[in-house]
Amino acid sequence: MAEPILQTTDLVKRFGGLVATDHVSLSLVPGELHAIIGPNGAGKTTLVAQLSGEMAPTAGRVRFDGQDITDLPMPRRARLGLVRSFQITSICPEFSALDNVAMAVQARLGHSFHFWRNARTDPALIMPARRVLEQVDLAARADVPAGLLSHGEQRQLEVAIALATEPKLLLLDEPMAGMGREESQRMVSFLQTLKRRYTILLIEHDMDAVFALADRISVLVYGKVIATGLPDEVRANPEVQHAYLGDEAEEAAAAEAANA
Amino acid sequence: MSEKPSAFLSRRGGATTLCFAVLALIPPLAGWLHEPFLIRQFIQIMAMGLAAMSLDLILGYGGLVSFGHAAFVGLAGYTVGILDFHAGDGSLFLGLIPGTTNALIAWPAAIAVSMLAAALIGLVCTQAGGTVFFMLTLAFAQMVYYGFSGWTLYGSDEGLSMGGRSELPLLDISDNTNFYYFCFAVLLLCFLAMRAIVGSRFGMVLRGVRQNERRLAAVGVPTRPYRLAAFVIAGGFAGVAGILLANYQTFVSPGDLSWTRSGELISMVVLGGLGSLIGPVLGAAAYLLLRLVIGSYTTHWAVVFGPFLILVVLFARAGLFGFVVRGREV
Repeated sequence: MAEPILQTTDLVKRFGGLVATDHVSLSLVPGELHAIIGPNGAGKTTLVAQLSGEMAPTAGRVRFDGQDITDLPMPRRARLGLVRSFQITSICPEFSALDNVAMAVQARLGHSFHFWRNARTDPALIMPARRVLEQVDLAARADVPAGLLSHGEQRQLEVAIALATEPKLLLLDEPMAGMGREESQRMVSFLQTLKRRYTILLIEHDMDAVFALADRISVLVYGKVIATGLPDEVRANPEVQHAYLGDEAEEAAAAEAANA
Repeated sequence: MSEKPSAFLSRRGGATTLCFAVLALIPPLAGWLHEPFLIRQFIQIMAMGLAAMSLDLILGYGGLVSFGHAAFVGLAGYTVGILDFHAGDGSLFLGLIPGTTNALIAWPAAIAVSMLAAALIGLVCTQAGGTVFFMLTLAFAQMVYYGFSGWTLYGSDEGLSMGGRSELPLLDISDNTNFYYFCFAVLLLCFLAMRAIVGSRFGMVLRGVRQNERRLAAVGVPTRPYRLAAFVIAGGFAGVAGILLANYQTFVSPGDLSWTRSGELISMVVLGGLGSLIGPVLGAAAYLLLRLVIGSYTTHWAVVFGPFLILVVLFARAGLFGFVVRGREV
């Protein structure tokens, strides 16, 4: 097995008495698409925050690309190539779609202490930004203020921004969140095209999407990884069925009871 | 803005050109009307407008609500005034530095003082955002204010009168018309410089800071150094405004760096249009002319200005400049 590109060792995050991340040890090999699934409240968001650098773990280490990054803030991690997208769309609403992507290109090209040259006519920023927008099918919407794009388009833009940084590892936090069926399917086929070109850690709720895309799946329940393996192994794992799918069944039953 | 960006930009450019054209024509107009007083009034408008424009750089573009901007204007003014004071009696500032009335020495020194103060104050203030930033800038500006109002050598609350305007080679700025066109040129150059800055990569980061700081961090831009740099740059331009203002008044006082002056600058920016650079100059003109006109009828001119500002904010979100630009849309 190749040297892992991302590895967490006994990652723990406590909020008072609550253990949101409970000794999580994950390992991603270059080129794989690894999905993390788990019911609501499993600690997926907290885990993402610790991987991206927004939140410091209580204990444990995170290594990325041969380097310990546990103590690095989010911008430093992003520049090393560990780049995330957000579950709740996070864009600059007044900037055009193109500006949003160009900003990511600008970040990749180094510091932004350039005071004179017009950034909006700088081919070093605009050309790569346009290419990425074409990739995600947003080229026709390049000049629209991002805040006026449809929800689906904003989700595409969210991914485009991450791609424009040319990441070594893409951390996609529920890219299908809030999308309709058709949009979801489009996003799945788009992620399919990214597979192998990028190492991807996909946090996702949509089971169909996860089983269609993932090389390996880790199941997070109450902050703990209860299983990691190939999709079929995970599907067949009785513990997973009980903890995860069972939970959903219980939830569904509860919802029905509430409706009745 | 969304539909026809090029048409919008040209309208913006047209309105900006018009503003400068009007400013350029004030002295002949004043001569024609036999109102030399107009020249002085518009020197003040341009100096205050430049101060407001520099505030717009951080307030309108970066979303950094500084309530201490007048401190950087006043510090530069005091630098010019203090150097003039020591030149007058041949004494030394702090027993070390001789005074001067030479603009080529005093003015760069004044800008340096403003930028240095902005760097020191900004170093603390930019650790925080939002309300904390606002309160910290106010607190530091008040420290500067009390420092000067207690400094008896330089007139305390009474302020410090200068022997005259600074001396420039080749141009006699003690003549009001000369000084007017000099201020006009400075305003134009500062505007062009700031317009370049807000359009640059640095400017894009600054605008991004206002819209979504977390997004910038997520793509690898640590925002604090940029916020600090913007604060220092704005402080430098505020210093330029302070130099013009001190020379216009040939007098500096703690009032030039008080929090009420900072509040006036914010009013001018909001009134003229946040994030437009030239808007704040319009705002300064509207503010100062309204004060002049209404002030000639009543000392409670703010009773009229307050509701006016509220109306502008309610009905012309983009301020007077936005109103002008929009108003020409068919």
